[in-house]
Amino acid sequence: MSERVFTSAIWLGAGVVTAFFLWLLGDLVWQGAAHLSVSFLLSDTLDSGRSGGIAAILLSTLLILAVALLAAIPLGLMSAVWLTEYTRRDNAWGDAVRMSLDVLAGVPSIVFGLFGNAFFSVYLGLGFSIVSGGLTLACMILPIFIRTSEAGLSAVSDDWRRNAAALGMSRASVLWHVLLPTAAPAIAAGLMLGVGRATAETAALIFTSGYVDRMPTSLLDSGRALAVHIYDLSMNVTGGDQAAYASALVLIILIVFINTGAWALSERWLARKVTFS
Amino acid sequence: MNNFRVTDRWLAPALGVAAAGSGLILLLVLAFLLREAAPLWGSHAVLGFVLDASWYPLEGQFGMLPMVAASLAAALGALLLAAPLGIISAIFLNFLAPPAVARSYRMMVALLAGIPSVVFGLWGLTVLVPLIARWQPPGASLLAAMMILALMILPTVTLTSASAIAAVPQNLQQGAAALGLTRQGMILRVVLPAARGGITNGILLSGARALGETMAVLMVAGNVVQYPLGLLQPVRVLTANIALEMAYATDAHRAALFASGLLLTLVVMLLAWLAIRANRQVSYV
Amino acid sequence: MRALLPIIRIASASVLLLFWQMSHAATDRLVITGSSTIAPLAAEMAKRFEQQNPGVRVDVQSGGSSRGIADARSGLADIGMASRGLKDSEKDLTPHTIAMDGVGIILHKTNAISVLSDEHIKAIYRGQIKNWKEVGGQDLAITVVNKAEGRSTLELFLHYTGLKNSEIKAQMVIGDNQQGIKSVAANPGAIGYVSIGTAEYEENHGTAIKLISLHGVAATVANVKNGAFPLSRPLNLVTKGAPVGLAKRFVDFALSKAVDDLVEAQFFVPLTH
Repeated sequence: MSERVFTSAIWLGAGVVTAFFLWLLGDLVWQGAAHLSVSFLLSDTLDSGRSGGIAAILLSTLLILAVALLAAIPLGLMSAVWLTEYTRRDNAWGDAVRMSLDVLAGVPSIVFGLFGNAFFSVYLGLGFSIVSGGLTLACMILPIFIRTSEAGLSAVSDDWRRNAAALGMSRASVLWHVLLPTAAPAIAAGLMLGVGRATAETAALIFTSGYVDRMPTSLLDSGRALAVHIYDLSMNVTGGDQAAYASALVLIILIVFINTGAWALSERWLARKVTFS
Repeated sequence: MNNFRVTDRWLAPALGVAAAGSGLILLLVLAFLLREAAPLWGSHAVLGFVLDASWYPLEGQFGMLPMVAASLAAALGALLLAAPLGIISAIFLNFLAPPAVARSYRMMVALLAGIPSVVFGLWGLTVLVPLIARWQPPGASLLAAMMILALMILPTVTLTSASAIAAVPQNLQQGAAALGLTRQGMILRVVLPAARGGITNGILLSGARALGETMAVLMVAGNVVQYPLGLLQPVRVLTANIALEMAYATDAHRAALFASGLLLTLVVMLLAWLAIRANRQVSYV
Repeated sequence: MRALLPIIRIASASVLLLFWQMSHAATDRLVITGSSTIAPLAAEMAKRFEQQNPGVRVDVQSGGSSRGIADARSGLADIGMASRGLKDSEKDLTPHTIAMDGVGIILHKTNAISVLSDEHIKAIYRGQIKNWKEVGGQDLAITVVNKAEGRSTLELFLHYTGLKNSEIKAQMVIGDNQQGIKSVAANPGAIGYVSIGTAEYEENHGTAIKLISLHGVAATVANVKNGAFPLSRPLNLVTKGAPVGLAKRFVDFALSKAVDDLVEAQFFVPLTH
């Protein structure tokens, strides 16, 4: 294959992906943009969501996301570090954990919802709450987050670890000052995928954080997530289509913000700690 | 000297506990599925999963095989569509795109990852299905499911492959340049093989995701329980089946639905095991 | 590590603050779970009830009719929602019908047919008639849209037509009403059955579907209300035994005239009081 054909093929592939994305986004904008406004973001839900706004729902979504990330990031990073630094390549335990994470990625979202309900809501007694939803989401985010972070950490050259050992740094110190910052872009990528999965999740949240669209006053309150709201408006409520598309647009903007933040943070961390030779 | 010995001493066990915790979640989920499917163990219904002609739970028929076949077909098709596009996108991000374009492309792909499955489903139902229907009714078909799934798993394949490619040591690429390889040669013959592990992992994760996707497939696949004999035929995947019927199922029907969830998890487990075996090969690096 | 300390402090403080909020147990709280069809209506009723009774909280959760019945029975919920009549095995629970929902047959707007006999409907759903031209319409393959098992709309339809689900040869199986409407609108040759109220609304708003009459009776919400239309299902709140206290007040509220406008806003049929 000539170089030019190759380059064209790559650009064509990227173009196809972009085309589908724009098609999808265009459809959303066309159907929902009219319903968007500042009051939409700030007022409460009225008439099953067909009028009024999504203020309470936005807050619930952010809280659920915060709980999920607070649970998943430390646990995920620690697991990724363990998998990379403390297990040899053919270690049985490492393989067991890796495999269980890969399988976890394939569990249907509705099963997660029912599991989350049975475990977090009923067994742990958290009920229909933002905490239940967040913890269930954390379970769903972990596989992709851990695997991506692990890949990023393994990619750091062993030379760096040996140099650090030669300098007499403790393992914790190497981890914090050298390895994690270097792997920051991969960790951020894993985080973005995780956040994406979390915000996109519907079935799991219906059974855990619930359906109530009241403004939450505590983490143990039930709160409707944006994805659940979109589902309800488009599939359950008659005449809710426009509001559904508008909410979808808000969700997309939210994701853009979060992802930009995650990427910027990782670049900052990387740049401050590690300069390449 | 005493300082960091202390930190390091509790660091290892702490990390181990965290990793064990992560691994434990799957066991919890499996235990849950087993408990909910429990009413069926020991009854002849279990044989029915394989032997019954089709799925008519209210009439006592629990044949799951058509749906298992449909799940596998949809996921495979999605992977066949998404893997090449994803790897191409990853190559694009790492080698061919100017920095500003790469940033926006990456943002766009990450955005795709966050779009709710119900939105994908809606778009599929209102845009894709009528298009396919014009070619051959009903439009809601295996093909529609494959296309929507491919769109949904594309971000995962792209971003994990991009990370894997970015992780290939510079000296390999420099070596290739020194040997006079064209850029195409370097990418295809040096970088991709070196990133093989990460790319395969990404594909496996995406395949698992495709098998587990519920909402979007429910809206575009047609949901008729039959073997996926034609690309344009409607099919029902296991996950859509659970979502469709769980809300209204009682007793044996409900237990059968959980059993199908267990079956799906076992299938994913098999695939994951196969992938880990295949990945055991030592890479070039 | 040092840089993290202030962040850790702030994070733990906020988490503690948020959790402390939980210690205020709502003095009066009602939990209602069940059918996703009824959930939007129940949520609006709950909102109005809360406005009229300050200090009370009514939480409505979704999850399906069978969950509503199971939760009402086990006590996980004070009231369950079921979008169907109770079966014999559920006679330990008490139903309170808050609205009716008619089920009508819909075709694509461009379909030339405007009336179908019961016999034709049966034959179409059995797969014996495969093309619209066989019943006097265009030369277009019929796309049969059926509902998933366990749904009350399906059972109503089967009861009316006398068919068994295994006899039906469908090209598409759907879950919720909206999915049914969007599926029929996507396919010129489609035929399906959905809630009449919803279909009326969509028809009036330009969605590419139309309702056809059944047995000579036009499929309108008015005809469901006066009992002329043959196919309809009850939307029930279920309680274990007779409701008491807050649950009783809510059920009475839901059965009263005060919520008729809410029922109609969801395109269901309010009861005649």
